[in-house]
Formats: sequence, structure tokens, C-alpha cells
Amino acid sequence: MSKSQLSLGSANLDIFSKTLIDLAEKDQDILVVTSDSRASGKLTPFGKKFPNQMIEIGIAEQNLVGISAGLAASGKKVFAISPACFLTARALEQIKNDIAYSNRPVKIIGISAGVSYGSLGSTHHSLHDFAVLQAIHNIDIVAPADNFETIAAIRASVDHPRPIYIRFGKKPLLNLHENGTHFEIGKAILLTPKREQYDVAFIATGETVAQAYFASVGLSELGITSCVLSFHSIRPFDKEAVEQAASRSKVVITVEEHSINGGLGCHIASFLMEAGIFRPLKIAGIPDEHTITGNQLEIFRHYGITQEGLMESAQNLLEKGPDT
Amino acid sequence: MLERKSILYRKLILEMILNANAGHTGGSLSCVDLLNVLYNHVMNISPENFADINRDHYIHSKGHSVEALYAILAEKGFYDREELNSIEKYGSDFIGHPSRSVPGIEQNTGALGHGLSVAVGMALAAKRDGRNNRVFTIMGDGELTEGSIWEASTSAAHYHLDNLVAIVDRNSLQISGKTEDIMAMEPLEEKFSAFGFAVRNVNGHSIPDLIHIFEELPFQEGKPNMIIAHTIKGKGISFMENKVEWHHHVPSEQEYRIAMQELDEAEKKLEE
Ligand SMILES: [Mg+2]
Repeated sequence: MSKSQLSLGSANLDIFSKTLIDLAEKDQDILVVTSDSRASGKLTPFGKKFPNQMIEIGIAEQNLVGISAGLAASGKKVFAISPACFLTARALEQIKNDIAYSNRPVKIIGISAGVSYGSLGSTHHSLHDFAVLQAIHNIDIVAPADNFETIAAIRASVDHPRPIYIRFGKKPLLNLHENGTHFEIGKAILLTPKREQYDVAFIATGETVAQAYFASVGLSELGITSCVLSFHSIRPFDKEAVEQAASRSKVVITVEEHSINGGLGCHIASFLMEAGIFRPLKIAGIPDEHTITGNQLEIFRHYGITQEGLMESAQNLLEKGPDT
Repeated sequence: MLERKSILYRKLILEMILNANAGHTGGSLSCVDLLNVLYNHVMNISPENFADINRDHYIHSKGHSVEALYAILAEKGFYDREELNSIEKYGSDFIGHPSRSVPGIEQNTGALGHGLSVAVGMALAAKRDGRNNRVFTIMGDGELTEGSIWEASTSAAHYHLDNLVAIVDRNSLQISGKTEDIMAMEPLEEKFSAFGFAVRNVNGHSIPDLIHIFEELPFQEGKPNMIIAHTIKGKGISFMENKVEWHHHVPSEQEYRIAMQELDEAEKKLEE
């Protein structure tokens, strides 16, 4: 497969729902718990097929998470599903205490994450979830980049021994991976051929990975080499992958559908500094301002998180070079 | 005799708080008789069956009153009583709120308004699996202003969790004063009834009354159970009773001695 022409996958939410149906068929301990989110989560077919494996909580996210902790304490494999914006803000204390601190391995699924609700505005955006959850001990954080990673992450989460948060958007995604790609929570995936040296390392997560990939393809046409890491797991943090990608590159660009404060980029920047790997670095994400109105792609474009913006960032960084 | 155990627990609570130079004296003394009856007469929970999902479950939602729970779990044999000497000391598992690092503790609590939802989840799982064990939780009355309590209440009724037993330690005080002055929540019985609970009131310090009320469970088939236990904050120590400042006041050596004397006298009275 020539990866410069990527095929379009299914709407990620459909894939998610189908995966849950596959899993629930074989495992009666799997429970889907929703806060009136079965429609927005495309979970109605699941509810019809497995009425005894779906629990409706109504619009009450704190209760959703608390009840999920109790169900998990009783041996259930619980998928607590609600839009990421509500789940990780309103129910943050329940995630912190009832799930993470109490070590209940609930799968907290933040749907329509980042800015996928687009022009519905900031109430519906989750640009804080990596930041707040990274500051809470004992919860893994995953943002899959395409259908393959979503399916793999959901499957891997079923018997995951720790609490885990998985967030993704709702629209169809480009297929980034070839069949047979190895997926493991906590291990980043290199999307580009491995080399000794690159000009640019893109370390991207979630639905921005495709943009980083296109930037990489665009740069190669200009004779600029780069690698792209799909950094689906914010935690466990794959130090080795970051170390390798950054140390082999002249400049580093992190990309995320999240505030530039406290997300993937901040973590990578501090990790590289502490590891003594000093590279010019750009954190591409949503800046500290009132988020512009638009759909997801328009918002990405506005903040330089598309192919063009990322290529420009790469060229600027390379031009500037290290501050010696 | 459970009355004698209550006195022992009260002594342990005060000893712990003196030793740690911290703790929630008033609230531990108000809920200790409830916990005594629950652990020694009502609930099927022991160190031997703790890993068994079919046993009963208990969540200490008013997590700050942890000393009462520590005293009872020690006496139940979940750990040696000497371990309580480390309470709130550097590196100890015995922190100032319940944590699963301590044997016998089910869920980490301390932030208020969390226990009831978790208990609902446990009760719901038991129902779905056809188990007939029960889930108990004690909440503080100041805790009831947390909105999450009322979210949890709606789902307890919606799922007909008559295997859930929620208890309010109704001592009518909270850290800053009288509960009704801080935020009026009465009429509690009517509120919980309207939310779908079968509600009972009880004297939360009368062992026979408590035994009796728990024997009536479930109060009504298909409805979650709510017990409003009328209690006295600081119960058992004359100068602590109904005193808001004893919420987390630590007794001086002298106050401790007087308190112990009072408890010794109460014990003597029992023997008469
Ligand atoms: Mg109170």
C-alpha cells in the first residue's frame, strides 16, 4: 500500500460500537454504561442486541463514573461512555477517586473528543483531558489515530489491568496502518520507514496523526526527511520511542487535538529536557485562547494542525536551527 | 455483648486520635454504634470471606470518620490492633481516610458524595448476577448537600435496588455548625421517600433498636432502603457531645484521661 494515498475508513464511532458488539458476544461480563449517550455514541444497536449488558444512568456523569466503579469492583468489565468534554470535567473527581485512586479498572471512553463537536463550542470541546488525567496517578490515557488503532485499543482495554481512558472523535478516519501492524498500549507506532537520521520528528496523537503524516509526505517532496510516530498512548509514555525519534532528528514537532498546555507536547518537551536531548521544538495544538468557531478541520487549519501548517512549522524550525 | 464493644471502640478511637494528633472525633463517635451493629450482627463480612464476591459490602462514604472503621476492622481481625499505632504517621497505610491499602476496606473515600454511587454499582452488579448479598453505606448528614447523592438516589430507585442499604448518620452537625443552618435539607425523610427509598428512622445509638431495624430489611420489595439514624456527634463523652468544635478537635492528655474515665464508668454500669 502506498501510504501517500490513504483509504478512508468508517466513522470511528461505528467501528467502536461494532467492536463492542463483537466483544460482548463472547464475554457476558462486559457492560456498557451510558449517560443518555447511546444515541451520540451510536450504541443503540448494542443496547438492542445486549439489553442485559447495557446500563443507562441518564444525564449524570458523576453518577455514571461512580456506578461504573462499583460495577467494576464486582468483577464487571465496564465501558463508561460519555462525551469526553463532560466525562473528564464534571466527573473528574469520580475518575480521580472512585476509579484511579481506588484502582477500579474501568474503561472510560470519551467520545466526540477534542474539537470534534466543532462549532458547538467550548462546552463541548475536551482540550483539557490529557492535562488533567496526566496529573492523576493510575489511569492510562489513549487517543487512537484511526479505525485500526481504535479497534485495537478497545480490544486491549477489555482485560487491561489498570483504569484506562480512551478518547476519540466521531467522523470517518483515514486508514493509517497496514494489516498486521502490532498494537500495544504504551508503545508508539512508527508510521514512516526507519532511518538513521531525519530532519524532522513528528510525534502526534489521535486524529492529528493523519495530518502529521501528510506533512511528512509533503516535506519529503521538498527533500526534507521526517519520521511520524503515532503516539496513541499518552500514558504509559513510550520514552524509548520519543528518545529514538528525537535523537535521530534535527527538530521535533508534537501534534495534538488538545490545549498546548499540559498535553502531549508539554510532556515530551519536559522529557527531552530531562533526558538531555535538546532539539528545537514546536508544540502544535490549541493555544490558550477562545477557540475559533468552525468544524474540526477548520479549527485544525486555523491553528496550524494540518499538513500545510505543520510543514510550515517544520521549515521554520529547521531554518532557525538550534540556538547555539 | 455489643454495648461493651461500642465502649471498646470508643476507647480505641480516642487513643488513635490522641496518638495521631489528628482525626475526626465527633463523627467517629456518632457512627460507631451503627458500624458496631453492622459488622458484628448484620453484615456478612470477615477477613476470611473478604475476597468472596458473595459476601456483603460496606462503603464508608463519610470517609473522614475513619477512626471508627479502623477500630472495628482491627477488632474483627483484619489486622493487628498495634498497626493502628502508625495511623497518619509517615509512610503508614492507615491514612486519615479509608483506603484499600488497609485490609477490610472496600473503596477509597474521603471526598464526600461518592459512596452512594459506588454502592449503587455494587448493588446493581449483585442484582444482575442474581446474588443476594447486600451493599451498605453510611453517609454523613452534611454530605447530603452534594448533588451526586441525589443522582445516585435516582438510579437506586430506578433499578429497584432493595439490596442497597443507605444510612445517614444524622448528628445534625457539620464542620462549620448546624446542618440546618448551613444548608437546610429537611424534611429528609420526605425527600428520600420522594426519590424512591423506603425510609426508616432509628435511634443510631440504641443497639436493640438498630438490630431491630436491620432485621426488617428489605423494608419494601423493589425499593432501596434508607435509614436515617439519629445520632449525637461526640456521643459517649459528656464534653464532646453535640459540640461542633469536636468535629476534628484532638483531646489534650487531660481530656483524654477524663474521656477514658467516663468510658470506664459506662463499662461498669453495663456490668451492673
Ligand atoms: Mg454530621
